[in-house]
Amino acid sequence: MYVYDEYDQQILNERVAQFKGQMARYLDGKISNDEFLPLRLQNGIYVQRYAPMLRVAIPYGLFNTAQMRRLARIARDYDKGYAHFSTRQNIQFNWPELSRCPDILAELAEVQMHAVQTSGNCIRNTTTDEYAGVIADEVVDPRPYCEIIRQWSTFHPEFAFLPRKFKIAVNAVPGQDRAAIQVHDIGVNIVRNDDGDIGYRILVGGGLGRTPIIAEEIRAFLAEEDLLTYLDAIIRVYNQFGRRDNKYKARIKILVKALGIERMRELVEDEWNRIKDGEGRLISAELDRVKKHFIDPEYRQLTNEPTELVEARASNPAFARWLQQNVKQHKQAGYAIVVLSLKQKGNPPGDVTAEQMEHIADLADQYSMGEIRSTHQQNLVLANVEQAQLFALWQDAKAKGLATPTLGLLTDMICCPGGDFCALANAKSIPVAEAIQQRFDNLDYLHDLGEIDLNISGCMNACGHHHIGHIGVLGVDKKGEEFYQISLGGSSGDDASIGKILGPSFARDAMPDTIAKILDFYVAKRIAGETFLEAYRRIGHDSFKEAVYGKAH
Amino acid sequence: MAKLIKENAFVAPDQWQLRGDEDTVTDFSIITLTRWQAEKEQLKSLAQAGKLALHLTSDQTADVLADDCHHFALICIDFPKFADGRGYSCARLLRERYRFKGDLRAVGDVLIDQLFFMNRCGFSSQALRDDQDEHDALAAFSTFSVSYQNDAHDPRPLFRRRA
Repeated sequence: MYVYDEYDQQILNERVAQFKGQMARYLDGKISNDEFLPLRLQNGIYVQRYAPMLRVAIPYGLFNTAQMRRLARIARDYDKGYAHFSTRQNIQFNWPELSRCPDILAELAEVQMHAVQTSGNCIRNTTTDEYAGVIADEVVDPRPYCEIIRQWSTFHPEFAFLPRKFKIAVNAVPGQDRAAIQVHDIGVNIVRNDDGDIGYRILVGGGLGRTPIIAEEIRAFLAEEDLLTYLDAIIRVYNQFGRRDNKYKARIKILVKALGIERMRELVEDEWNRIKDGEGRLISAELDRVKKHFIDPEYRQLTNEPTELVEARASNPAFARWLQQNVKQHKQAGYAIVVLSLKQKGNPPGDVTAEQMEHIADLADQYSMGEIRSTHQQNLVLANVEQAQLFALWQDAKAKGLATPTLGLLTDMICCPGGDFCALANAKSIPVAEAIQQRFDNLDYLHDLGEIDLNISGCMNACGHHHIGHIGVLGVDKKGEEFYQISLGGSSGDDASIGKILGPSFARDAMPDTIAKILDFYVAKRIAGETFLEAYRRIGHDSFKEAVYGKAH
Repeated sequence: MAKLIKENAFVAPDQWQLRGDEDTVTDFSIITLTRWQAEKEQLKSLAQAGKLALHLTSDQTADVLADDCHHFALICIDFPKFADGRGYSCARLLRERYRFKGDLRAVGDVLIDQLFFMNRCGFSSQALRDDQDEHDALAAFSTFSVSYQNDAHDPRPLFRRRA
């Protein structure tokens, strides 16, 4: 992974000092609440329902065990002993004291971590595929490009006060997309052109929130060195012309819709043509410098399916099930990618205790070369595990409650913190997730249902990505009472689509039964091998609607 | 009365005065873009003498003024709210695209914690809001000793400067 050099460390240290000073001036009454707001947001601090929340960046989801242990220590020393992994690969502390946040940031800086631009109307953490660098079918490892974007976007002097937040995601796998790039402000798809050159297909104007929109292509192919100048050009256009009169109309997706993609492209290309051959253009020395941090580790010469694995699988059905669901194929023979589930029954999705964080660090040190990845589905990945060690790892993980074999299944839900924590939420989301986990806890049934993305957001800001769940649940407020609206047919993958609302919303205690009706209908109507999403797309929205609400009269 | 900062130091108020579109234009007037566009020909001699300045509101983008920027000794870019970031792009475009060489001033809701970025985007002066602490303001100019990106002062991003 990327290791800071003296410049990176100096910039971060100066940031820590800057915010410490700003906090002191705020506490001293020299900065008003309104004026302090963007300063604290750009250092990751929200004020939530009960307490401040600190969102720490995990750039493109990659971190090491020293960093994980530091996060655990912070959870213990400054919080209530746990933390929450978010849908943008970051980690959040729900109960820090505002005045102690600068100390937390100083502790983070010691392990090359920060909360820079994890909130506010600026360029946020760049996200990517959690299997980057270890799967065979990627064009190239996307992480060096993410790191280059991270550096370019960090304290960008021109883009600290954009009309609204700005999210960039990068994907490098043809025909697959685990980074949901089509619902980001900018989606960067790393591709090869017909000449075999690496470059990017650039998408713009996707997003969720109140107005979910699938991004459009602004450029079919951009050369490798042109990445940053093109990003500069897009965001410069957005910064000047994006709406600022209404925060719900301020994302770039609204500007792209208003101008039309052709006009947007014209404006961007005009600015880009001016700067593309300037000194802002990436150079191969920099690409090489950053790429060197992401070269393959020294893998041992191993073979697939070692005896230890084959025997353990044959003799232990629970291990076999976990292998099937939570372990993915590695590009290197004899290795595997393991997903540790943070979706145990009775546990809010994405939450981990300080003890679990330390256990995970131990597991990563022992089995996976000391690195961990966070995923936008709120799980954690150990990316370099020897297949011969899988059984031992599984036993260890299982003992710590981290081996729930449900990756990609119904109960592997995405869920925002909701009304239990968040001041924006219309409704609680965690109790709905828990009720669904309780109701559908039969592993045979879950495996028989197969892959289903169930995403829950407590309000239309859509942090739980409900629009792109195969089943989406949105908390709504009806005359002061919490109700839940269901949508079907969303997808975050390469075939991204926005879910369609099924009908009138339901009370919380009716949710498990309603989800059951949808699932029963799918099971009754599916044809062999058909996933929920495929069946929905074939059978159609109206049939599902009728299954839930009965025939329209 | 805002406190004037030029080239990272406090200076006495200068002679520039903002004039409404009905006011008479005299030496050292700051005029609106509307007036410039309407009375360009009559105003050119004053401009040529270096005694005319322009005020841009936050929704007036640099491309509207474009090469006309060279007529002015001073261009003021308004920040109606400190969190309205359009002025940063306007400043960079005036400096880097249209090569404006005169004094570029941030006016309006100008606060300490934006000074560093304003400086990098090419502002050469700032009319700091009067309630802001002068000592803290000067310190803000040296918040960071190194930056990743290129800016109005250095066309080289850090990756062209790394040892």
